[in-house]
This record gives sequence, structure tokens and C-alpha cells, in this order.
Amino acid sequence: MHYLFYIFAVLAVAGALAVILQKRPIYSALSLIVVMGSLAVIYLLLEAEFMAAVQIIVYAGAIMVLFVFVIMLLNAGREKPSQKSWLAQKLGLPILVIFFVQMFLVLITAFPKSTVSLGGKFSSSAHSIGRLLFRDYVLPFEITSILILIAILGAIVLARRET
Amino acid sequence: MNGFLQDNLWLVALLAKIVVILLILLTGVAYIVWMERKVVAHIQSRWGPYRVGPHGLLQPLADALKFLFKEDITPAGSDRFLYLLAPFITLTMALLAVAAIPFGSSPSASGPSTLIAISDLNIGLLFVLAVSSLGVYGIVLAGWASNSKYSLLGSLRASAQMVSYEISLGAGLVGVLMLSGSFNLREIVEYQSGFYYLNDIPVFPRWNILPQFIGFFVYYISAIAETNRSPFDLPEAETELVAGFHTEYSSFKFAMFFIAEYTNMVVLSCLTTLLFFGGWLGPLFGPSWLQAILPTIWFLLKVLGFVFLYIWTRGTLPRFRYDQLMAFGWKFLFPLGILNVLLTGAVIIWQAN
Repeated sequence: MHYLFYIFAVLAVAGALAVILQKRPIYSALSLIVVMGSLAVIYLLLEAEFMAAVQIIVYAGAIMVLFVFVIMLLNAGREKPSQKSWLAQKLGLPILVIFFVQMFLVLITAFPKSTVSLGGKFSSSAHSIGRLLFRDYVLPFEITSILILIAILGAIVLARRET
Repeated sequence: MNGFLQDNLWLVALLAKIVVILLILLTGVAYIVWMERKVVAHIQSRWGPYRVGPHGLLQPLADALKFLFKEDITPAGSDRFLYLLAPFITLTMALLAVAAIPFGSSPSASGPSTLIAISDLNIGLLFVLAVSSLGVYGIVLAGWASNSKYSLLGSLRASAQMVSYEISLGAGLVGVLMLSGSFNLREIVEYQSGFYYLNDIPVFPRWNILPQFIGFFVYYISAIAETNRSPFDLPEAETELVAGFHTEYSSFKFAMFFIAEYTNMVVLSCLTTLLFFGGWLGPLFGPSWLQAILPTIWFLLKVLGFVFLYIWTRGTLPRFRYDQLMAFGWKFLFPLGILNVLLTGAVIIWQAN
């Protein structure tokens, strides 16, 4: 099973790189869908079937469709490289390297190799997730819902202002 | 080599199963196209295909040959890669959904009954929904990559419609899930076995259609809209948009969209049967070989009934206007679906106490 993990891990990282390296927005969006799909497969390898299905339905099937929809609506063509600022040109790469090294060190100390598994049983049934969301963490869950509702209302207010 | 084959016998069996089911499905799809042309023709007092073979029965073959030998055109200024990719995405996602659908369950005298399906997934229903929600990309990309205004408008309409109706489709299904407590399509069907009794006389099978009538109403209308079928076929409204998202497609690429549309119809009819009409459940009688195939026959008959209903609606109802379509989905179907969820929940709690 591990070779499946490596295939899809590489695919996820390659997709993520393609998101930022692509010149055309629609290809970036499609690369992001590849990332979501690969993550769903990795969830499946962990036997978290429900998570995998939700990952596809919510992210690839709903949110990314809206992204692609907006890109099409604006008929966005090829992006031109922006005039990079002095700061970004000189400091961009070093900061990136520092950030990655830091992240690597944090992860490798927080999760020693013995605790990491590339596949196996991490059953996340709809029952257990529902219990967690609607019983143990019901307050944070409801607050998040209200936050999203406020964001939607804000978007409607902004869009309606002209008329 | 022999040992390898023996170790991987399950893989060979699985591949054989996939090939057989795909062959039957695609032949079925070809004849559903024939059936649609015939039924719509008779609704309109015409004969329909009549020349190729008796009653036009060889028409699907002639159609396929025609598709194969037509010139394959790529429009100028199109995005070649995405233009090619789009029909593949649509067809692959449509066919992939079939993998999770059980077609029947043969009872056997010894041991448990065997399920006739490519796979028996715990998240079967979610898998079908996930895969069909990915099918939108094919339509979106087809319209965008074609470099044509009609295609773009058609695919904008299609994607907005499919995203909107996906929500009410899901809302209509939640009631069934609450009753059976499982995403597994086999368990959902098994939940529906038995009868409703009135004074100890069995009056109606325990199908979900009775307790979940509102859910079925919401689900079925959304399913028609989800497959972009009449009266919700605005994405390919011929009078306005030529043919919608696949205007620029010709030859076999067009055929792929065509096959995908009909496969989606079949898949959603299968889901309707499994979720609301007891799947393969039906009276079993006769010798054991008959009992083994009867469930599958009941299932296929029910599915055929729903495919006929699709065609019947197409031949009968006029098309919606686009704003009516959106208002109907968001302001009527979706709240009704949510109401059904609340009602079902209330009844379940009331029965538990």
C-alpha cells in the first residue's frame, strides 16, 4: 500500500507547485483540483472513507467549481509576471528556505518516525465525526457557521451596494 | 506465471466483472437512445427511426458508425489540451459512478447472498455523489476551451445549474440516510425489505418512497436538473444556444458527451430505485435459477421505468426560464428538502421515545 502513498504524495506536491507556476489561471485551478484529489486518496489509504468522500464533494466538487466558474466568467487569460519589488527579489528565496527548514524541523521533532504511518486504520465514520461536531465541539462549530454566514452576508452587501 | 495468476485471481475476476458490466451498460445506453427517439416520436405522433433494421432496432449501430467516421474538428483559437480533456472527464466520471452501484443480490440456499456489483463500498452513496459532482468539470472546460460564445454561455448555465441543484439533491437524500443510518447502498436496500401492515395484512412494501415522499419529490426533480434534462435543459437550449457546451464538438468527442449524458441518466435512475423503491427487492418464486436472477430483473425493470419517466417528461413538459429555474431550486426545493430533514428527525425521535 505504501507505494500508493508515495505516488499520490508526489502528485499532491507536484500539483501544488503547478498551482503557483502555471501562467494561466484555469490551469492553476485545475492543478489545485489534482491536489484535492490526491489528498482524498491519502485519506482513503488511512481508511478515512468518509473524510475522503467529503474532501471530494466539498472541495473538488463545490468550492473549486466556483473558482473555475469565476475564472471563466472573467475570461481570465494568460497572467503577465508582475514587476517584482526589490524586497521580493532579494529576500524572497532566503525567507522561503528559512520557512521550509523551520517547518521541517518542527514536524520532525513533533512527530518522530515511529509515530508516523503511511496507511492504516484511522476509522472516521460519519457517526464519530457527527458526535464530535454536534456534541463535544458544538459551540466552536456553531460559531464557525455564524462566521461563514456573516461573510456571505458581507459579500451580498458589497455586491448590492451599487444599485 | 501460473502462481501469479492464482494469487491475483480476484483481480482477474474484478476486471472481467468491470468489462461485462461496462459492455452491458454501454449497449443499454445505446438502446436507451433508441428508446428515447421512439417514445418521443410516438408522443409527437411520428414513427421515429424505422429504416435501419426492424423498427429501427439497428439504428444505434448506424449512429455509432456515423459518429466514428465524421470529421473531428478542433476549433481555431481553442485550448487544445483542455478541449481534448473535457469529454474524457465527463465520460470517465459518468462511468466511474457505476462502480459503486449494486444491480442485484442473488439469494443462495447456503450462506449469505451474493451481491451483483463491481464493489460494495461503505460510502457507496457518497462515492456516486462525489464522482458525479466531478463531472461538472468536463462541461465547464468544454465550454471554456471551445473558444465559442454559445459554448461558454451554455457551460456557465450548466455549471451554475448543476452546483445549485446538487445541494437540493443532497437535501432530498438526507431523509433516507437518517432512516437507514448507512451510506452503504446494499444496507439502504436491505433496510427496505418487508411490508407495511394494515390490520395484519401486508398493504405496501417497506420502500422509502412512502415515509420519504417529500424527499423523493425533491430528489427526483433535482436529479432531472442535475442531468441537464428537459424541462431543465437550459444548458443546451437549442433555440438560444445552438447546442450549449458541446456546440463545437464533433465526431467521437461529441459521442462521448452523449454517452455520458445517458449514463448519468441511468446512474440516477439506479440511485432512485435503490434509495426509494427497494432496489432489487421484489417477489421471488420459481426454481432456484430463476430466484437467482429475479432480483436483478426487478432492479432493471424499475430502472427502466425511471428512464422512461425521464423520456416521458422530456416529451411532455416545456422548458423553464433560467431565472425560474434558479428560483425554483433555491427558494422552493432546497427549503423543502431541509424541512423534510427536520420532519424525519422529529419522527425518528418521536418513535424512539
